[in-house]
Amino acid sequence: MARHVIAPVDELPPGTRKFLEIDGRPIAVFNIKGEYFGLMNRCPHQGAALCEGPLIGLAQSSEPGEIEYTKLGEIIRCPWHGWEFDIRTGQSYCDPRRFRVKAYPAHVEPGASVVKGPYVAETIPVKVESDYVVVEL
Amino acid sequence: MNIQFREQTDSVAPLTVKTAIADCDIHPARATRTELYPYLAKRWQHHLEVYGVHAYQGMMEGPPYPKAQPNASRRDAYPPEGGPQGSSLSFMQKQLLDPNNVQLGVLNPLNTGQGIRNHELSAALCSAINDWQIDKWTSKDKRLKASIVVGNEDGLSAAAEIRERAGDRNFVQVLLLSRNVEPLGQRRYWPIYQAAEEAGLPVGVHAFGFGGNPITPSGWPSYYIEEMVGHSQCQQSALASLVLEGVFERFPKLKMVMIEAGFGWAPSLAWRLDKVWQRLRSEVPHVKRPPSEYIREQVWWTTQPMEDPERREDLFDVIKWIGWDRLLFATDYPHWDYDEPSRVLPAGVSEANREAFYLGNAKKLYGIA
Ligand code: FES
Repeated sequence: MARHVIAPVDELPPGTRKFLEIDGRPIAVFNIKGEYFGLMNRCPHQGAALCEGPLIGLAQSSEPGEIEYTKLGEIIRCPWHGWEFDIRTGQSYCDPRRFRVKAYPAHVEPGASVVKGPYVAETIPVKVESDYVVVEL
Repeated sequence: MNIQFREQTDSVAPLTVKTAIADCDIHPARATRTELYPYLAKRWQHHLEVYGVHAYQGMMEGPPYPKAQPNASRRDAYPPEGGPQGSSLSFMQKQLLDPNNVQLGVLNPLNTGQGIRNHELSAALCSAINDWQIDKWTSKDKRLKASIVVGNEDGLSAAAEIRERAGDRNFVQVLLLSRNVEPLGQRRYWPIYQAAEEAGLPVGVHAFGFGGNPITPSGWPSYYIEEMVGHSQCQQSALASLVLEGVFERFPKLKMVMIEAGFGWAPSLAWRLDKVWQRLRSEVPHVKRPPSEYIREQVWWTTQPMEDPERREDLFDVIKWIGWDRLLFATDYPHWDYDEPSRVLPAGVSEANREAFYLGNAKKLYGIA
């Protein structure tokens, strides 16, 4: 598993996402209230660029008339047919046993450790005094 | 290891040489509210500004919810230059036609002048839409062919519009919608079938419409998901009406295309019709043959939304009944329930059937060399 430096933290503020390609794989990294999540940007259904969809919550119902809306901003809804996935795990909600999207751990590392490695950061000039968003794949 | 950065993913697939396909249901949209004005007499422009349109159905733009995605469209289908999804030819080329190697694209404009109570206005708007389709789309990209939109509730003016466009190879079919004031087999619509048959043009029946009837046969439902399912119920009653009113018997060369309502229900509808026809045929002596025969000879089906049963054998059984020569591939671009050509057909289909499914049937039906 290689760790890729994808941006200085201030380039990926809360509420934003970044799309990139790593080793030919389309990846999206989200900052949600300071937490970072990486996902494969390809829908396992028919291949849409999944992460261009809206982030919504999870509507669940224990019985008719009772609706619980949770996980606000943690569910990505495909821009084509609307399949829903948990961005923390990649689990799908329409058919969790058969479909999932690959999730990649993402987090922040201080420049000092990034400089030491084993990070891949060829296109980003790394400074020891900054922090960087890192995704593992 | 290289890392490439992009502002946004390019959701357009790279241009690769893929098997050529036909897309038999594409929805071109108008970029602005007044885009049709150049094709409308001043009198009607004025009328629209002062009186608007009165539909049979209260909500002309369709029931007021976003329909799963904004404008019921793919979220990645907004043209970069602005305007609604489906309103830019260059973006349609880049996102749909080029990457999927679409050789024939059939345009089915929605929200036209169909289903408007003022029949003169309806005829004027439909004619304007047809001129607009040539000007903005088919004359600019030879892969695209238009459907003749007609003021369906007035059979005579609709037939006149068809006759005026007959022989113009910008057009390959006549377009009706499934929800009309009356079931589609009724006599008020016969002039349309007569003119289409004379012109050698198939009549497409697209899901939707503004005939004033509820979306489902049991009334207005609570949820959009019920409307999605209601399309197939609606087309079943349209098709039953076409058979039982004797439209296929009266116009034996007429070809109908059922658009955007699935096809998995076709065998069971035909079986049921055949059974009751054996018992009740004296009520409809003008229906001379078992209903299934007319259906198999005179009806084609677009694929989107493609049935997706758990066992692919079930799908193949249905298609076998319908005939591999009767299905026309469609994406429904730019709408949200779009079908991706490379992903809809399960494995296990012969090369000949695949070719017919994706391209051959459409070229034959629409007379494209
Ligand atoms: S491609 Fe994502 S839901 Fe169909």
